[in-house]
Amino acid sequence: MLSDMSTVVTLAVFAPIVGAAIVGGFGRWLGNIPSQAITTGLLFVACALSWFTFIQHTWGGMEDFTVTVLPFINIGTFHSAWSIRIDALSSTMLIVVTSVSSLVHLYSWGYMSEDPSRPRFFAYLSLFTFAMLMLVTAADFMQLFFGWEGVGLASYLLIGFWFQKESASSAAIKAFVVNRVGDFGFALGIMTVYWQFGTINFHELFPMIAAHQGQTWEFLGQSFSALDLAAFLLFIGAMGKSAQFFLHTWLPDAMEGPTPVSALIHAATMVTAGVYMVCLLSPLFEYAPVAKMIVAYIGAITAIFAASIGFTQNDIKRVIAYSTCSQLGYMFFAAGVGAYQAAMFHLFTHAFFKALLFLGAGSVIHGMHHEQDMRKMGGLWKYLPITYGVMTIGTIAITGLGIPETQFGFAGFFSKDAIIESAWAAHNTPQGMFAFCMGIAAALLTSFYSWRLIAMTFHGKKHWEHNEAHGHDHHHEVIDGHDASEPAHDDHGHDDHHGHGHDHKPHESPWVMLVPICLLAVGAVFAGVGFAPYFIGEHAQEFWGHAIFTGPTNHIMHEAHEIEEMWVKLAPLAVTLLGMLLAWYYYIARPNLPKQMAAKDGPVYNFLYHKWYFDEVYQATFVKLTKILGDFFWKVLDIKIIDNLGPNGAAWTALKSAKNLVKTQTGYVYHYAFAMFLGVVGLLTYVFWLVH
Amino acid sequence: MDFNLALHLGLPETILAVSSLLILVFGAFRGDKGMISVSALCGVALIAAAFAAAFGHQGAAFGGSFIVDGVALFAKVAIYIAAVFIIVLGQGYFDRVGAGRFELPILILLAALGMSLMVSAGDLISLYVGLELQSLALYVLAAFRRDDAKSSEAGLKYFVLGALSSGLLLYGASLVYGFAGSMNFHDIAQSATTNLNVGLIFGLVFVICGLAFKVSAAPFHMWTPDVYEGAPTPIVAFFAGAPKFAAMVLFARVLQTGFAAQADQWRQVVLVLAVLSFVIGALGGLMQKDIKRLLAYSSIANMGYALLAIAAGAVGIPALLIFFVLYMVDTLGLFTVQMALSRKGEPVTRIDSLAGLSKTNMPMTIVLTILCLSVLGMPPFSGFWAKYFVFGAAITSGLWQFAAAGLVASVVAAFYYLRILKLMWFDVPAGDMDKSPLETRWIAYAAAAFSFPVVIVFLVYVYPLAQSAAQGFGS
Repeated sequence: MLSDMSTVVTLAVFAPIVGAAIVGGFGRWLGNIPSQAITTGLLFVACALSWFTFIQHTWGGMEDFTVTVLPFINIGTFHSAWSIRIDALSSTMLIVVTSVSSLVHLYSWGYMSEDPSRPRFFAYLSLFTFAMLMLVTAADFMQLFFGWEGVGLASYLLIGFWFQKESASSAAIKAFVVNRVGDFGFALGIMTVYWQFGTINFHELFPMIAAHQGQTWEFLGQSFSALDLAAFLLFIGAMGKSAQFFLHTWLPDAMEGPTPVSALIHAATMVTAGVYMVCLLSPLFEYAPVAKMIVAYIGAITAIFAASIGFTQNDIKRVIAYSTCSQLGYMFFAAGVGAYQAAMFHLFTHAFFKALLFLGAGSVIHGMHHEQDMRKMGGLWKYLPITYGVMTIGTIAITGLGIPETQFGFAGFFSKDAIIESAWAAHNTPQGMFAFCMGIAAALLTSFYSWRLIAMTFHGKKHWEHNEAHGHDHHHEVIDGHDASEPAHDDHGHDDHHGHGHDHKPHESPWVMLVPICLLAVGAVFAGVGFAPYFIGEHAQEFWGHAIFTGPTNHIMHEAHEIEEMWVKLAPLAVTLLGMLLAWYYYIARPNLPKQMAAKDGPVYNFLYHKWYFDEVYQATFVKLTKILGDFFWKVLDIKIIDNLGPNGAAWTALKSAKNLVKTQTGYVYHYAFAMFLGVVGLLTYVFWLVH
Repeated sequence: MDFNLALHLGLPETILAVSSLLILVFGAFRGDKGMISVSALCGVALIAAAFAAAFGHQGAAFGGSFIVDGVALFAKVAIYIAAVFIIVLGQGYFDRVGAGRFELPILILLAALGMSLMVSAGDLISLYVGLELQSLALYVLAAFRRDDAKSSEAGLKYFVLGALSSGLLLYGASLVYGFAGSMNFHDIAQSATTNLNVGLIFGLVFVICGLAFKVSAAPFHMWTPDVYEGAPTPIVAFFAGAPKFAAMVLFARVLQTGFAAQADQWRQVVLVLAVLSFVIGALGGLMQKDIKRLLAYSSIANMGYALLAIAAGAVGIPALLIFFVLYMVDTLGLFTVQMALSRKGEPVTRIDSLAGLSKTNMPMTIVLTILCLSVLGMPPFSGFWAKYFVFGAAITSGLWQFAAAGLVASVVAAFYYLRILKLMWFDVPAGDMDKSPLETRWIAYAAAAFSFPVVIVFLVYVYPLAQSAAQGFGS
């Protein structure tokens, strides 16, 4: 049984890379349709196998196990192997990743149908999926890091997929560079762990942690808790990958990538890797109270901060991107207060409704002929009825509508309320109270901007109608300093394909795009009610097994169930309804009000519209400072000092001495004889001096 | 000492001496028309001598003044084979320039005989006799194109300065004899350990200076570029290889047999010569425009590396042997390429003229590329191994600073070889090349093939040979 399961999970993990290799290497030769069929087919195989594994693990009584595929590094006491670790965490991630990925593959058949380099796109998608699967099934830090960097690479390649577009390629570079900052911390964290424990293998590491509690590390006369240090450094890696406060700036720009990519990588899977890592390392974080507190604070701040930006943005994808950022904040503060199960549950449900929202947005963009500015939409519900329907489901799910104390609610209701309740359960700590308040406030904002998105896009006046006069020009209008339209080549033949001619009426997307969205909508509705008992409910204990560790004093999950204050349970619902009402008021009842507010150009509006001026501040400090430093190293240190004293100076000296040397070569025999004479005398003197 | 045994030990020299006299008589009757048959006969004599040396016995004869040990035999075989190649090249070259005379191969034969006596010299008399036999033959060879002003100049310069160096050597020899009371290296060694005085050391320094001239080590190198530029190319190819090998073995023998106990003193002198040689060789080459002058500086630098092997003491001897064999092949190849290249009958002498060679003569470009990479010490070519063994020996005996200095010098020297590569591969051709003469072409190919990959096989078999040959050297 176990060996069969080993084969199953090995196939599931490696199927995507097979597709990526075939299509990446021979895609042009194979053609578009075979390339798409190979990658998508293999992904569906991986998805089926992953679900099989998950079912076996959850209901089939399968034990946790680890398959060792190949040895990787064996130097001294440092051992690492390519392996596949299967437990509750990884099998959950397996289904999340492969399900969303296979649906996104399918969706891309329609969305990318006019792109000339589709094989490359599908190869990258499959490559990403493989790297993500390596990440989630890692049994040691080395492979975790490999997957971590692998998804980073795929993310870079896909953000810059339309590399002809300058904004896309600079967004790709930005994502890569910001992630380097996080990865640097991550690598330091791994080294700290190895330095303290002498192993990077989770299986060996976790049982050792309790014994190292209280160990300190002296630095600059200060002593730091070694476990806190390791956990904090690792969390920096998580902050980079999961776009948390300070390292979040790359995520909104990452929306330059094709929308399916945003759905898969920058919403449902890769960005949740940080949350996954923190939950995976719960045995470490449980003994690192300071690091845990930082996680909670950063998460809570991100949740409110991203949500606050979300409600001033006009680019449909950016709104969802900030929403992602904010939801990741929820997951982190849940993990930070010790409710890892709730964090994982929210990760799980979020994957469905956020992928749904993104793919829905993609459908809107597709139907609007690559228009992303919500101010130019409106009244679309009649033209894109199915998209409208599923987007509404997604919005209900993300805002977490449901009836407390019952089993009626969408996916987000179960997971988000669990998070807020567990934050309340920790309200006797400052970070718990802070997280609870921020969580409630962010819920209000989430509800507001989510419904604002629906209102601006699907209701109200048809702002796109009067744009027709402008013809094609609106494709290239600049929004928010970025060229918001997809690249020029994407426009070629676009209209012919759909037979619209120059009629710019929005149209519903093809079925190949709608089917994945509808499947995700099912998940967005039922993932909460279906899985709540296992992730956070009565079966949680046997479901998680040893995958998540909670310290002896951590009773958060238990206390979250025992909350007696009714208002705590009702508060999320109340603020959600309030947000919904406000959105309705501002964008449907009084649609001119927001415009007037924006026109007033007030400081709060500007502050939020410019994303708290993070990009500007980073530009003025880090980027500029780095440039100055680089200029200094280049122009002064390298050219003036190293080159002049080093290579150039040496070459110059050699040439100069060569010239002088050649001058002695006069051609006169008596000069030569004289030189010989000098040589003899010199050597004699030298020897004389030596002897005495 | 049995005279019979003595003759047995001296078989290669006997073959060379007797055949040179016989061939001279034969040549006198045939005149210059018979040059080709004279060349062939000389070649046969050399090959016979090489066989005799290869399978010869070891021992000492004539009261210890003639020593046949592993190193001597090893060097003799290498020298004879090198001489055969020079005869082949010289035959073709002088034939083409119309200066062919039957004395040429006989002079080469006599020079080889002189070198062979040098490597076997066991006392100061045989040292001087061998050296002079060799030198006199080489003076004539340098001026062999006597109607050519440059060749005559080269011969004269070489002769005058060579005479001066012989004088230094003789003066040193007489000092050594005067203070040690013996000509024989072993006796000198004994006397030096029991009764060392400054006069003996001074004598040694003079001998070193005389020998340093023969190997063109700085500061006794100044004749080299001028002579290399003027003398006929095959003769220069000879100069650069075999005589230096012989002189270097003699150098090692005098120091390690005669003055083994004074190693600390002479090591310093040899190191000074070595460092000066590779520094001057590397820097001097930077400004050269003439191919043969450039190769002269290259050989000066290489003599520096060989001296480093001598300074390393007993561990340096196998390195020295291997170094010289590999160096001789590379040098022979480089000069052969120079002979192979001509444009409208005019030999290519300037480095600039190699521009764009890859577009006009691909095979020679490849050969020259391999040889250049080899002499600059690029693995896995033979020049790398030559340096590898020498530097290895130097480091083993604690001379790592000098090995490092040698490495730096070879980096500087790499410039002029790389410039040749750049010229050949990337520059615009200056015109079509003539078809290369047959023998130059094949010898060049063979040298390049030796540089890589043959050298790998060669080293597997010959390195152990060189090590066993060096066993007991100097005792």
